[in-house]
This record gives sequence, C-alpha cells and structure tokens, in this order.
Amino acid sequence: LPYYRDLGVVLVAGMTPEEVFLGLFAKASDPTSAGRQMPAHWGSRRLGIMSHSSPIGTQIPHAAGIAYAVKYRAEDAVVACWFGEGATSEGDWHEGLNFAGIHELPVIFVCENNHYAISVTQSKQMAVEDVASRAEGYGFPGVVVDGNDPISCYAAMKTAVERARAGAGPTLIEAKTYRFQPHTSDDDDRSYRSREEVDEAKRHDPIIRFGAELKRLGIAEDAGLETLAAEVKADVDAQIDAAWNAPDPDPDTLLRHVFAEDA
Amino acid sequence: MSEKNVVTAIHDALHDEMAADDRIVVLGEDVGARGGVFRVTLGFFDEFGEARVIDTPLAESGIIGVAIGMALHGLLPIAEIEFADFIHPAFDQIVSEAARMRYRTNGDFGVPLVIRVPWGGGIHGALYHSQSIEAFYAHVPGLKVVVPSTPYDAVGMLRSAIRDPDPVMFLEHKKTYRLVKGEVPEEPFEVPIGPADVKREGTDLTAIAYGMMMHLCLEAAARLHKEEGISVEVIDVRTLAPLDTATILSSVRKTGKAIVVYEDNRSFGAGAEIVASIAEEAMLDLDAPVVRIGGPDVPAMPFSTPLEHAFLPDADLIHDRMLELARF
Repeated sequence: LPYYRDLGVVLVAGMTPEEVFLGLFAKASDPTSAGRQMPAHWGSRRLGIMSHSSPIGTQIPHAAGIAYAVKYRAEDAVVACWFGEGATSEGDWHEGLNFAGIHELPVIFVCENNHYAISVTQSKQMAVEDVASRAEGYGFPGVVVDGNDPISCYAAMKTAVERARAGAGPTLIEAKTYRFQPHTSDDDDRSYRSREEVDEAKRHDPIIRFGAELKRLGIAEDAGLETLAAEVKADVDAQIDAAWNAPDPDPDTLLRHVFAEDA
Repeated sequence: MSEKNVVTAIHDALHDEMAADDRIVVLGEDVGARGGVFRVTLGFFDEFGEARVIDTPLAESGIIGVAIGMALHGLLPIAEIEFADFIHPAFDQIVSEAARMRYRTNGDFGVPLVIRVPWGGGIHGALYHSQSIEAFYAHVPGLKVVVPSTPYDAVGMLRSAIRDPDPVMFLEHKKTYRLVKGEVPEEPFEVPIGPADVKREGTDLTAIAYGMMMHLCLEAAARLHKEEGISVEVIDVRTLAPLDTATILSSVRKTGKAIVVYEDNRSFGAGAEIVASIAEEAMLDLDAPVVRIGGPDVPAMPFSTPLEHAFLPDADLIHDRMLELARF
C-alpha cells in the first residue's frame, strides 16, 4: 500500500515507467484507473499494489485488514504500507496501528519522514522527535533509519519482514529523508523553507550517495554509472512518448464500474 | 416456517451464513463475548471463535477501514456499528474508500463489505441513540443502502447483501427488532437488493415508506379501510439505493395520490428524492399534491417522552394526513 510519494515503491513492485506515465497523462490504458485518478495514486491488483485515495492515512486500516486476512488465511505474505509523517496525525493512522498491534499482524508500516506535510513542519505535527517512538504505544518495535541510505533501509525492511513472517507482528520503520521538490507543481516551497536548507538536503541525495558508495566499494565506476543513467533516461523517454501517444478514455466510460458489472 | 422477530431473524440468518462460509467474519464493538448490544451475534463467539467474531477497539473509522482491507483480500467482512449515531467517524472510510474503490480502479478492486447499522428512534434513545443516517449514504454512488423492516425481508436481504460484490449499508430499525414479528421460511432464500415491495394493495392513494414508518403506514391504512372504506396501497421501499422508482411510479399512476413518510429530518431526506421522482415522472397522473411527512428539522430526537413523541410521526398523524389526501 504505497502513497502518492511512492514512485519508487511502485516501480520496484513492477509498474513500468510507461504505465506510470499512462496514469500521469490520464490515458484509457492507465492500469491504475483508466484515467480517473489524479497522478501518483497508483493501484494494480496484478502487481499487488493496493489503490489509495487522496484523503491522508485512510490506507493504514486497510493494511491492517489485509494483514488480518493474510493471517486468517495462513498465507506466507507480508503487507507493507507507506505514508509520510503528516499521516501519523490522522486518527486512521492510530486506529490502524492499534489494530495491527493487538492482533500481531504481518504488516510493516513505513514512515517516509521528509519533515514537511506540504508546508507544515514536523514540530507542528507532533511533540516527539521520532515517529518511531510512537510504536511503543502499539506494542511493537519502532526503528529509525537513514532514509537516504538504501542499504540501511533494506536492512530495516529485511528485519521487519522476517519478524512478520515469523508471526511476531508489525514493525514501524521511520525513514528520515527530505522532499527536494515542492509538494506539487502548484506549490511554492519558498514560502516555508529556505533555499539553503533545500540545497543542504540535496547534498544527501540518496541516488548520488549510493553511487558514491558503489564506487567506494569498487562495484561501479563513473563511466558505468553515467552509461547506466543515459540508458535509463533513453528508455524512460521512449516510454513517455509511447504513453503520450496512447488514446484518451472514451467519454462513454464515465458511468462504468460504479458497481460490479457482471453482478 | 416459524415466527420470529426481526432481531432473532437476523441472528439466525447470520449464524447460518457464517456456518456455511468461513470467509465471513463479523467485527465491531461488543460483538464477541457479549454477543452485540442487541444480541445479534449471541453465541457466535463460542461457536465460530475469536478469529471470526472480532471484538474491535472502540474506533468506528478503524472498524470500517480494517473491514475494507479484509474485503480487499478475500474475506467477506460484516462490520457492525453499534448505533447509527456513532457511524460518523467512519464516514470517510465508507464514502472515500469503500464506495469509490471500484470506480477509482476502473473495476480492478471491489469491496464486498456489509455494514450493519441499527438506526431509528422511538426507543427513548435520546439524541445519540435515535438517529437516521440513510440519506448521507444513499447520496453516495457506489454504495447500496437497504432498510428492511420485516423479519422476512431482513433475512432475505442480508443473504443478498453478503453475496453482493459491492459495499452494502444494511440498516436495521431498532424499534422493529423485537416489536415486529413475521413468518420466516426455514430453507435459505434471498430478497434481491433493489426492488420495492407492495406490502398492502390499494386503489385510492399510495403510501411510500420504510423502516418503522412503513409499519405505521400499514396501521393507518388498516384503520382507514375499516373506518372510512378508503383503500391505501403501502409500498415498502426496502432499498433506498438503488431506488426502485418503477414500482413507486406505477402505483402512483394507478392511485393518483401519494404520501411519503420517513422519520429522518424532513429536509434533504430520502423522502425528498422520492417526491422529486414522482414530480418529474408522474406529475400529470396526480390528482392531488404529494404529501410529505418527515421528522422536524431539529438536530436530533430528545430523551423526554413528550419531546420524542413530538418528533416522531405516529399512526394518528399518518392516518389524518392520508384521510385529507383521500378527500382532496
């Protein structure tokens, strides 16, 4: 269950850049919603990506409910649910984590703490330093990781997945990170944060950092990384063109799928 | 056949459904060891176990949100909201999530969820145990809203709701629970969601109602027939969304007169939609203006007996308004 900042999550889950852009351009073949949802509201039964809406935090109880069904059906699956630190203020966030804790469900709650809910800073969102500390109130572990370090994130997730698979219950992972861009294309973040702060944060860009780490370990070289970036860009550009040229939805589809059509 | 009251009928049907299909789980406040505040799930906890009969935390949005998750992953959850008056925290989950899931995914995901909600007044429930909530949800595409008021309909529509691939608001009028009795077949049967039911045939005017008001309409109609020889047709709407306007319009075209009765606040209530449909489709068949009886536009039903009576339409009021309409 990703939320709208989780382009990376849905790409890892198997959504292609073309499919992402079919949604961005609201095309008929957009696998998420056939052009109904606004961009960045992904979903796909085929890929196991649960649909989400724009009201914040509503997916948290869904994650608990899905995890309950996983446990009830004795499946070897783990549910992961992402959200920002702003979402942790919502009642649904508390209600979902509370239920998951009571029933020791196989679910991982991942907070991408970028310190801003649109313009509101963390200090006006909560009186605690770490979202992770709230996990204690639900009876399961909360861990803080450097969200700009892929290896730390991987390690925390691996531990949490193993814990869930072992039947030991949920984990709350707080990944501290930063939002380099404004909230949306309509947002002007200069009204609430300094350029110096943003520039400083960009020095910790996880893509650059991870590249440097790969070079330090002798796994990659500059030339290889540059070639990779060029290949990826060319591939994505081609997929964007394909998405752009796909047909728009037929206006007649407006009335479809309010209820099951084969019922 | 056996005679049951509404609450026993729902209990027995729910029990049989759970016994037949282990995808069904019930969740809500006090549904476990206590068997629900109205005893609808009495004995379920011992028979089906705590994994299927889930006492939830006291958090209505969480109850519905968790149930949506269950429905998205192969279960058939039946969520109980203890009283309709407490459902408001779950409005976002019902409206933004359950109702819109299928549409926003172009049919990729569906939410086969039943939300059981005891509603309605006349039981000295005061401001927060008497409310009508049907109009909020009947307004939302993607939700089905049913309001059965007899044991037979409650059983048949509960079975249909459980088999429905989309979310169904299953509204049970509290006053009917132990007051209304009727025959219920032993063998399984379904009453489809959608069609209204003519509970009493008549020729002089059409009364359209649901819930406890439908029973008061039947009572008033019986008196008018006996005392005045007036023949009233009573339509039990049974399903508010989708609304069966065909049955309503057909009856109104036959009688030429319509009275719509509901206990919700009058303005913008379900009755307003019914009257609008008649005005749009059957205006030229009418012999009199449509009569609309609803609860007054005050925030809720007071505790005091005289105030509660002043709020609720009763059989005498309905009788008198029917008589006026018949003589128009």
